[in-house]
Amino acid sequence: MHEERSQLMQTLFGRLSLEAIPYHEPILLATFAVAALLGGSLFGYVTYQRKWGYLYREWFCSIDHKKIGIMYMVLGIVMLIRGFADAIMMRLQQAIAFGDAAGYLPPHHYDQIFTAHGVIMIFFVAMPLITGLMNYIVPLQIGARDVAFPFLNNFSFWMTSAGAALVMVSLFIGEFAKTGWLAYPPLSGVAYSPDVGVDYYIWSLQIAGVGTLLSGVNLLATIVKMRAPGMTLMKMPIFTWTALCTNVLIVAAFPVLTAVLVLLSLDRYVGTAFFTNDFGGNPMMYVNLIWIWGHPEVYILILPVFGVFSEVVSTFSRKRLFGYASMVYATVVITILSYLVWLHHFFTMGSGASVNSFFGITTMIISIPTGAKIFNWLFTMYRGRIQFEVPMLWTIGFMVTFVVGGMTGVLLAVPPADFVLHNSLFLIAHFHNVIIGGVVFGVFAGINFWFPKATGFKLDPFWGKTSFWFWFVGFWFAFMPLYVLGLMGVTRRLSHFDDPSLQIWFQIAAFGAVLILFGIVAFLVQIYVSIRDREKLRDHTGDPWGGRTLEWSTSSPPPDYNFAFTPVVREQDAWWDMKARGHQRPLQGYLPIHMPKSTGAGLLLAGLSAVCGFAFIWHIWWLVVASFVALIGSAIAHTFNYNRDFYIPADVVTRVENERTRLLAQQG
Amino acid sequence: MAHSATQALGTADTSGFYDLRGEHHPENGTMLGFWLYLMSDCLVFAVLFAMYGVVGGSYAAGPSPKDLFDLPLVAVNTSMLLFSSITYGFAMLEMQRNRQSATLLWLAVTGLFGVAFVSLEIYEFLHLIHEGAGPQRSAFLSAFFTLVGTHGLHVSFGIIWLITLMVQVTRRGLSVENRRRLNCLSLFWHFLDVVWIGVFTFVYLMGVLR
Repeated sequence: MHEERSQLMQTLFGRLSLEAIPYHEPILLATFAVAALLGGSLFGYVTYQRKWGYLYREWFCSIDHKKIGIMYMVLGIVMLIRGFADAIMMRLQQAIAFGDAAGYLPPHHYDQIFTAHGVIMIFFVAMPLITGLMNYIVPLQIGARDVAFPFLNNFSFWMTSAGAALVMVSLFIGEFAKTGWLAYPPLSGVAYSPDVGVDYYIWSLQIAGVGTLLSGVNLLATIVKMRAPGMTLMKMPIFTWTALCTNVLIVAAFPVLTAVLVLLSLDRYVGTAFFTNDFGGNPMMYVNLIWIWGHPEVYILILPVFGVFSEVVSTFSRKRLFGYASMVYATVVITILSYLVWLHHFFTMGSGASVNSFFGITTMIISIPTGAKIFNWLFTMYRGRIQFEVPMLWTIGFMVTFVVGGMTGVLLAVPPADFVLHNSLFLIAHFHNVIIGGVVFGVFAGINFWFPKATGFKLDPFWGKTSFWFWFVGFWFAFMPLYVLGLMGVTRRLSHFDDPSLQIWFQIAAFGAVLILFGIVAFLVQIYVSIRDREKLRDHTGDPWGGRTLEWSTSSPPPDYNFAFTPVVREQDAWWDMKARGHQRPLQGYLPIHMPKSTGAGLLLAGLSAVCGFAFIWHIWWLVVASFVALIGSAIAHTFNYNRDFYIPADVVTRVENERTRLLAQQG
Repeated sequence: MAHSATQALGTADTSGFYDLRGEHHPENGTMLGFWLYLMSDCLVFAVLFAMYGVVGGSYAAGPSPKDLFDLPLVAVNTSMLLFSSITYGFAMLEMQRNRQSATLLWLAVTGLFGVAFVSLEIYEFLHLIHEGAGPQRSAFLSAFFTLVGTHGLHVSFGIIWLITLMVQVTRRGLSVENRRRLNCLSLFWHFLDVVWIGVFTFVYLMGVLR
């Protein structure tokens, strides 16, 4: 009888049972309580305000690139809080777990935390924030009304969110991978990681990866096909150039990740022998392939923020960007070189001196175009009228910090040095140095720079500066000790230490992490205060900083159709040029505007994908089949909808534009 | 703001700054977008080829290509796929001539060739598994089944897509949207043909030679 029941349960729920809920772990239980409280009150608030219909129609189903961009930013910021919670837990553990003190995190939990931290910060913080900025800004910068494939854009966003949701679910149902953020086999193989952790890893990345790839295709087609008349490639804003290169990298790198994760899942689900120790498998092939994706990935993250810094520097120095052409070429060279350096992540594999030298040299060569960029920014500032607004602070903080990170990177590129420093805390310090000092600072610069465009009011500068200084100082306190520890030979991913002389460095690092916590809190306060004081911070001109590119030529926030008339471009810095030629806004003769229609299909498809992934993770085979069939069925059904666009009537355009005329006149 | 002062005039000269007549229409990016997707798919195959190239000789004391591959069967299979590409081409020619039923006929023929190809592949796979040469037997066989199977999966999805499009053409005729979709499927179908040439050469022919 009991046997029969468990057979039924096995069929119905696969590996899933009540045991999977970690109610015996007080830390997770408390986390769950907090998450449930926050989620519950948010849910209650939205219900109380009767906003579900509004949210669903105007946001979840929206195919407007601006709304999708904002949703990406919200996703990234929410996940930043989760990823940072992981970080500060690790810092605390390492600061106290010395000698007899075991700390408060058992190893199996600590291992999940460092894995989740890496995965979340790269895939669900940095990627959404970068994609969000590109989504919002690129169509505006090129004078387009939307992206090339608006529905696909919505679908991509929801796929990314579905991946993030799966990672969050792993916190409370089952567990996450304990393998490190790239899940090297054989450790991630079924022999050594038989539990659901690696499966959560695989399926969340696969589902989010589809979203990333499609958004890459989308933005590429947008930039290539939809630029305003007159905007030749060498007249494109530099942020759009970096977005173009980043999306080339996305389209050319993410399929490799998809394929290598498919191979790992086949090893785990079907029992193939790609990366196993026996039957002729080759685990190093996994390491090679995942870094063929992984190295371009770091440039996917950094190139767009190079674009952000370029826009910010020239705007706040009130000068045209120094060396525009060299900036473009440097970006393109980095794009190409990023494919020729992947092996520097595992010099210790034993490829031999010639191979290691080749990859060491290509790695060092990358610092040349990057250095050229730094000089271009410096020369842009040179004799400029610099305004120290918040985006500019982040930019200068970036230049100081990133150069140090770049130099330690060149140091690591020397193979003999790498043999000493491989997998040490020196490496951890290096890549946080470039990712925080580069990507995170850049995203904050971008948020502070473009927030008034998206909302119509500026962010509060006091809290912005507070946030910057906490982040900046906190970063140096948190990571300089790790350089020291790494040089002393401390390796990464340890949850306990024996040598008490090391403890002071970890305590300094933990102090730095607390400062960063204040930086994050100050940022959230900044958002709150700015929304509260929005009337004081209001900008009706649409051009609060004296901008140079086309996004500043329209209202803030821009109307659904972005531009009532498509701008005609004659120069780089098209909007600056238009202002210089005595730009006048046309006040009549508006035409109906062709726009795509909203749809809930993206949300539905991504939801089904998440269910399918969940079923795969827990081996619930009937649900795998059912959700997959539903997924394909809904995708096909969606293609039968031919009624996908409509015209905004001319009188609606007239009304919106007249309102803007009135506000402009009011502001004077 | 300098420009807002002149706005009060209302009828100021705005020429040159904007496309006032709505003459600028962004080009349709669907074909470019689809081609980019195909190139990304091509990279998935590149990884699978690379994997096969690296572990294709790791038999783990099991069977080698010479023991397993049945070239005449593969030749028939290959011809099915090549014929299907030709017939898809005929369908596109008929589409250019606006002949709906002829287009549908050639699409149906293409689909049948595709089904024949997939069926022969399934037969081959079942036969190998039956002989004890399944994907779990060695890294070589893992890579073989994955590379060839991924291609077969693509063809299968292509067939589902083809049937969907046939229904849509039947319902709505050779409309602009349907022509665009048929063009995309055409790219997809020929792309799979090209990949198969690689599989046939690299896996089967060179495998038997090895």
